Amino acid sequence: MAGMAADRAAGPGAGAPPHPAAPPLLEARGVTMAFGGLRAVEDFNLTVQRGELVGLIGPNGAGKTTVFNVLTGVYRPTAGRIFLGGVEITGLPASAITRMGVARTFQNIRLFGGMTVLENLLVAMGFRAGYGLWDALVRSRRFREREAALRRQALELLDLFRLADKAERPARSLAYGEQRRLEIARALATRPRLLLLDEPAAGMNPQEGEELMQLIRWVREQFDLTILLIEHHMPIVMGICQRVLVLDFGRTIAEGDPRAIQSDPRVIEAYLGQQEVS
Amino acid sequence: MAIFIQQLLNALQLGGIYALIALGYTMVYGVLKLINFAHGDIFMAGAFIGFFLATYLKLPFVATLLGSMVLTALLGVTVERVAYRPLREAGAPRMSLVITALGVGLFLENFTRATVGAEPRNFPRLLETAAWDLGGVALTSLQFLIIGTALALMLALRYLVRHTLVGKAMRAVADNPEILGLMGVNVDRIIIFTFVLGSTLAAAGGILYAQAYPVLDPYMGIVVGWKAFIAAVVGGIGLIDGAMLGGVILGSTEVFVAAYLPSTYRDGIAFAILILVLLLRPTGLLGRPVVKKV
Repeated sequence: MAGMAADRAAGPGAGAPPHPAAPPLLEARGVTMAFGGLRAVEDFNLTVQRGELVGLIGPNGAGKTTVFNVLTGVYRPTAGRIFLGGVEITGLPASAITRMGVARTFQNIRLFGGMTVLENLLVAMGFRAGYGLWDALVRSRRFREREAALRRQALELLDLFRLADKAERPARSLAYGEQRRLEIARALATRPRLLLLDEPAAGMNPQEGEELMQLIRWVREQFDLTILLIEHHMPIVMGICQRVLVLDFGRTIAEGDPRAIQSDPRVIEAYLGQQEVS
Repeated sequence: MAIFIQQLLNALQLGGIYALIALGYTMVYGVLKLINFAHGDIFMAGAFIGFFLATYLKLPFVATLLGSMVLTALLGVTVERVAYRPLREAGAPRMSLVITALGVGLFLENFTRATVGAEPRNFPRLLETAAWDLGGVALTSLQFLIIGTALALMLALRYLVRHTLVGKAMRAVADNPEILGLMGVNVDRIIIFTFVLGSTLAAAGGILYAQAYPVLDPYMGIVVGWKAFIAAVVGGIGLIDGAMLGGVILGSTEVFVAAYLPSTYRDGIAFAILILVLLLRPTGLLGRPVVKKV
């Protein structure tokens, strides 16, 4: 893994400290996503600097996952613009945005269940394989070398996530917590700059949540990542986020320091309102 | 015994051809969940393209085979681009795609009839056929060539799908189509590649078929296409190995029924077997049983 981290450090703009005038890693300006008459997200603004860990919270149906879907190109926003490192990515296909360095996990785990753990990672590494179909068919030297390198990287990554011994098992046979870890590993396999985690602690007990929090911290340092995190577990949000954004009915109702947010009357109302309903 | 071995070879020959075509149905189904009903007519087009290459350009067997594979792949991709992709992008219901596929099939049949004519054409014999008699079993080199070519193509496909990245991406689309783009993979490219593979194999099937049964007409793809489709379903639609197994089973059934019973029973019994297999194993012989969650 040291190899991957080193590769990243050698990448453009990484080695030196960020230039004071460097554009933010992610910027969303006035993003609105409407489905028919329903405005799932309205006038969403967010600026994330490189290296930040920002939390996105809010009651169910507030539009958090929709924000992720817009940022990753799953949906094309109805209005607004999105920039990644100063480059506009609004309306680009998901595959292009992934290639530019955005990766994500899903609220409901979405692995390639019938494929092996290792293959799940290889698929995510495929776009930077560096060989063509012809190389694969004639098993050229280039193919064999690159293929071996990809496998090695994938196995290193699995090792970091304590999944190496399960590399050849079908992904769907893993335990729940392992599947969550595999999703994060698969997201990292695309070598992102920005990682979006959608409720990674969903369905975990407090102890597993604590472990996950340490994993996220560690991953962020190891891979020099900027992270945007959707999470319901308040201890986790308070424990690792530097800044929090609160959504309710598609609108941003509060933004700022996690502790300040916790006592914000609008936030309390949004959550209490939800409790009454459920 | 001699008759049995003889018929076994015939069965493998016909089954191999069915399997080549069935693979196209099964791969497109795997990736798009679409039964591409035009696929039988792609097979017919492959045979006709080969006919023109061999008759007018006087190409030898291998060049005819490869030429037809390339041109038919182009046709398959064109159909995808012109007829299927716009519907997918518009979010049309799957039924619209199936109806479109039927329409494309009818178009290909009638376009061929209008341009080439309805009268049957004789496919030239491209290969010197050697024949041997082994204890009452008549072996021909053609039979071995057809079985060998079909087998080689299927093994190549199997390798490609299992061990190359594009093959892994194909399986990933089949497994979870919505998220493959988020892995940085251009899904449209994988779909095009699937149509290239399917059409290429259908063309190979068409040329091999025309070597064994050298009469071509614009409607030849209908019945052969249906049977290949059935082969894919019997084996388990969406499964590469299932298509191969189904092809051989269907070919064997036809050949052995015709050998031991009046040949008019052939198709009736073949289709009865299909119904029986599906009654016992609704997801096909190699398919995973469907677990209903309540």
